[in-house]
Amino acid sequence: MTDTQKIVVVGGGMVAHRFTEAMRARDTDGRYSVTVLAEEPRAPYDRVALTSYFTGKDPEDLALGDPALWEDGLVTLRRDAKAVAIDRDAREVTDAHGVVHPYDHLIMATGSYAWSPPVKGADLPGVFVYRTIDDVAALRIYVERRRKELGRSVRGAVIGGGLLGLEAAGALQELGATSTVIQFSDRLMNLQVDEGGGQALSRLIENLGVKVRCNTATEAIRPDKHGHVGSLKFADKGEQLVDVVVFATGVRPRDELGRDAGLTIGKRGGIVVDDTCLTEDPAVSAIGEVACIQGACIGLIAPGNTMAEIAVDRLLGGEATFPGADTAAKLKLLGVDVASFGDAFATTPGALELTYADPVAGVYKKLVVTDDARTLLGGILVGDASAYASLRPLVGSALGGDPAAWLLPEGSIERPNVELPDEAGVCSCNNVSAGAIRHAVTEQGCHELGEVKACTKAGTSCGSCLPLVKKIVGSELEKSGIELSNALCEHFDMSRAQLFNAIQVSELQTFSEIIERFGTGRGCDICKPTVGSILASIYNQHVLAADRAALQDTNDRVMANMQKDGTYSVVPRVPGGEILPEHLILIGQIAQDYGLYTKITGGQRIDMFGARLEQLPQIWQRLVDAGMESGHAYGKSLRTVKSCVGSDWCRYGVQDSVGMAIALELRYRGLRSPHKLKLGVSGCARECAEARGKDVGVIATDHGWNVYVGGNGGFTPRHAQLLVEDVDDETVFKVIDRYLMYYIRTADRLQRTAPWQEDHEGGLEAIKAVIMDDSLGICDDLDAHMARHIDSYEDEWKAVLNDPERLRQFTSFVNAPDDPDPSLAYVEQRGQRRPATESERRDTAVLIAPTRLEVRS
Amino acid sequence: MTTVSQRAAVPTASTDRTAVCAYDRLTADLGVAALIDGVQVAIFRLADGTVHAVQNLDPFSGAHVMSRGITGTRGDEPTIASPLYKQVFSLLSGECLVTMDKAPREGLDPRLTVFAVTVHDGLVYVDVPGAM
Ligand SMILES: Cc1cc2nc3c(=O)[nH]c(=O)nc-3n(C[C@H](O)[C@H](O)[C@H](O)COP(=O)(O)OP(=O)(O)OC[C@H]3O[C@@H](n4cnc5c(N)ncnc54)[C@H](O)[C@@H]3O)c2cc1C
Ligand code: SF4
Repeated sequence: MTDTQKIVVVGGGMVAHRFTEAMRARDTDGRYSVTVLAEEPRAPYDRVALTSYFTGKDPEDLALGDPALWEDGLVTLRRDAKAVAIDRDAREVTDAHGVVHPYDHLIMATGSYAWSPPVKGADLPGVFVYRTIDDVAALRIYVERRRKELGRSVRGAVIGGGLLGLEAAGALQELGATSTVIQFSDRLMNLQVDEGGGQALSRLIENLGVKVRCNTATEAIRPDKHGHVGSLKFADKGEQLVDVVVFATGVRPRDELGRDAGLTIGKRGGIVVDDTCLTEDPAVSAIGEVACIQGACIGLIAPGNTMAEIAVDRLLGGEATFPGADTAAKLKLLGVDVASFGDAFATTPGALELTYADPVAGVYKKLVVTDDARTLLGGILVGDASAYASLRPLVGSALGGDPAAWLLPEGSIERPNVELPDEAGVCSCNNVSAGAIRHAVTEQGCHELGEVKACTKAGTSCGSCLPLVKKIVGSELEKSGIELSNALCEHFDMSRAQLFNAIQVSELQTFSEIIERFGTGRGCDICKPTVGSILASIYNQHVLAADRAALQDTNDRVMANMQKDGTYSVVPRVPGGEILPEHLILIGQIAQDYGLYTKITGGQRIDMFGARLEQLPQIWQRLVDAGMESGHAYGKSLRTVKSCVGSDWCRYGVQDSVGMAIALELRYRGLRSPHKLKLGVSGCARECAEARGKDVGVIATDHGWNVYVGGNGGFTPRHAQLLVEDVDDETVFKVIDRYLMYYIRTADRLQRTAPWQEDHEGGLEAIKAVIMDDSLGICDDLDAHMARHIDSYEDEWKAVLNDPERLRQFTSFVNAPDDPDPSLAYVEQRGQRRPATESERRDTAVLIAPTRLEVRS
Repeated sequence: MTTVSQRAAVPTASTDRTAVCAYDRLTADLGVAALIDGVQVAIFRLADGTVHAVQNLDPFSGAHVMSRGITGTRGDEPTIASPLYKQVFSLLSGECLVTMDKAPREGLDPRLTVFAVTVHDGLVYVDVPGAM
């Protein structure tokens, strides 16, 4: 199209992302194309969540929004393409590679850089700032390297005791370094909290092992004898030994390009814009931290996103203007809640301050209200910010009742249940009002928190408003009389967990009794396998016992995995991936005899493909005779326990990972569950078995094992989270027994452990309480249930081979049991066979002669 | 013994009927396949004792696997679900009731052919037009 206008965005940060996303969402006619020039080598990411990089999140987890945005035909993202010059007359931007990008409209979104004061030694190795993924990655590598070199824990210092400084201190602790916060002012977070709040905060932070030094100016950073950072020298002549220093002394707008291009720059920096985000050049806007709007640059994401929306609106002919910034902030540092919002310092004439302090618990709360104590103006919450989500949107409106209710610990007096006005902002990061959330529920058919999040973007950035969003969604659903359905299918009006309970309590053991008692109709391909799996979990009887066979899903029904042409693959168990040469030879022999395609699986065993239904028993017989058994590759059950080679052979191994993996695999083999289960065991922290990508990962330490739970590969990868540390073998078994049993009893159909753990009320902490502290009083029961499973295990294949009745199912045709399926056709590829494609079937020349498929022995 | 016919049309020529197996060979809700003059047929005995037969070819995968699917009901309609991609078909009309947002393989009709079944003297007969 010739009339597409070109927008060039300089800067690939959070606000640039919002701009692009909003433009693509609103410019439905495709009037504009957007080219984003990003200096960083990656797509825009969630800088606000940067610190979570240290708590095991992968850089990819920081991705913003739907990555498909960057595939859009009208969007071009150039990574690693810093803009170096702007020619406003020619309307062109040149990037560092010399590529010239013409524009019709230019958006400056270059953000800020981390500023550090001109302290001597600030250029020594070991001095860092805290702004980008590269910054934090470099910090992490340095700390880990120094720890090894020094052979002790690394001493860290953060210069700057503001919001960012405390985050950096937390990050250092997360990395196993000690940390001291050096603050120039008289208290921490002096921009957000008052003296009382600062004191409470210092106490809480010190309790967590972070040292705090206020009223301290740093004069120089001195090197040690190898030239690394070695110590800090303060203006009061004090000194402190340090190995790593992080500057968190504020940010400055990256306005250098704008300056060179002759745009007006604010007194304290920033490209000056009007309330529509336009500079004095009508073809240039500036948004985000680099924009000097209403006289100042604002270092928060919410106003930046608002500017992005305004710029889009204006380009599309709208009338939006900047309403002023909400500088409310809430953060959780090392588990300490801090929030400040509205007129936190009571600067409004006549404002009253109501405070509550509990020095023992380290709680400090202050509400600022109008002189009649009825209207909320602002507040500070330290140590317990549970009221933040409810209070912040109330700024400027009536508190509705005794303000003290908001100050006292939650639950001591009932908090007034104020209905937020529709226009009250709930999610400040994404500027979503209470009304918009209600609308999503009532008009847009969102009935779940996840849907509301996707639809409104509320709670998708910092997440602090989620409790409130959840509450609004809940009460809105209640009002409209919508009940959340968790029915399994048309035959059962209950969730899998409820059904599990019902079956367990009723002790019914056949599908017909169960559906008669708890459901309607005759069942279907959803509820039948679910009931089959529940019965197998509870009683651990053979999947083909009694009327069970007809309940089993495709694979379970014949204890093999159906492939696309209707033949099956066969996977014998190889516990822990350890296999005898005899067994390797046998598998090879069987594959050769039956013309099966062989492949090593991701779970460290061998898969043989292309076995026909009627061949399965013969193949099993040979495996069973040699002492092998079913690997349950077909079941919603334990699949494999992957292991690394471990301490027996590996020069780094500290524990016998293979032995542990075998013990676990034999313990849980055959255990039926809501979805497949995979475990992994690594012999040391190098984690060669990738155990943290498994439902349960066991990783050796010098003192025993760490157990991680809820990991997942596949479609939505998740790293498993730490459950227990440095425990012995017995404890490993015990906690996994309980974790798995609790999951089996309460998860939804086809819900893997990762989402189960996330959705569980109270998350992993609550699950921990159930299995470690027996908070529900069910541990004995869970233990007994698992013990029953282990005792009653039998090999499913062997059981079928001993039962002529069940063997009858393994015939090709009732009326022609010796005829194979005549429609099967194969071609040769890389020395093995694979199913022929549609067109290959027509060209009979390439097909392998069926005689090759017959058993030779 | 009861005679069950799944189609309104009564088999025209009794010679079309092929005896497939004994009724007792069938287990409730577990399908079997039969090969009738080169045509693969999936046969199901349901919990209520009725017997149904449809083509064994799954139109969505091109594989002959319908006999290995799960039987069930949608409302009052007895159904069979494909074991591969889980499409659900009526056992009465052969109509595909749930497509799982997929289209059948090229050249294949999404509707299953239904064959008339009669049970006589303890034997199950399937009427495949043109067979024998
Ligand atoms: C650790 C941390 C925690 C934070 N926590 C919070 C919080 O809790 N709440 C909150 O509201 N805010 C928080 N912030 C601030 C928030 O991240 C910023 O306000 C927000 O990222 C600003 O977005 P932006 O797009 O304007 O700038 P940025 O996200 O900084 O993006 C600017 C991008 O432009 C690139 N760039 C610069 N110059 C050029 C050029 N010439 N050519 C090409 N590209 C260029 C930069 O490399 C950068 O990637 C936090 C910041 C940090 C670092
Ligand atoms: S995880 Fe450790 S013990 Fe296992 S193979 Fe890797 S380095 Fe060796």
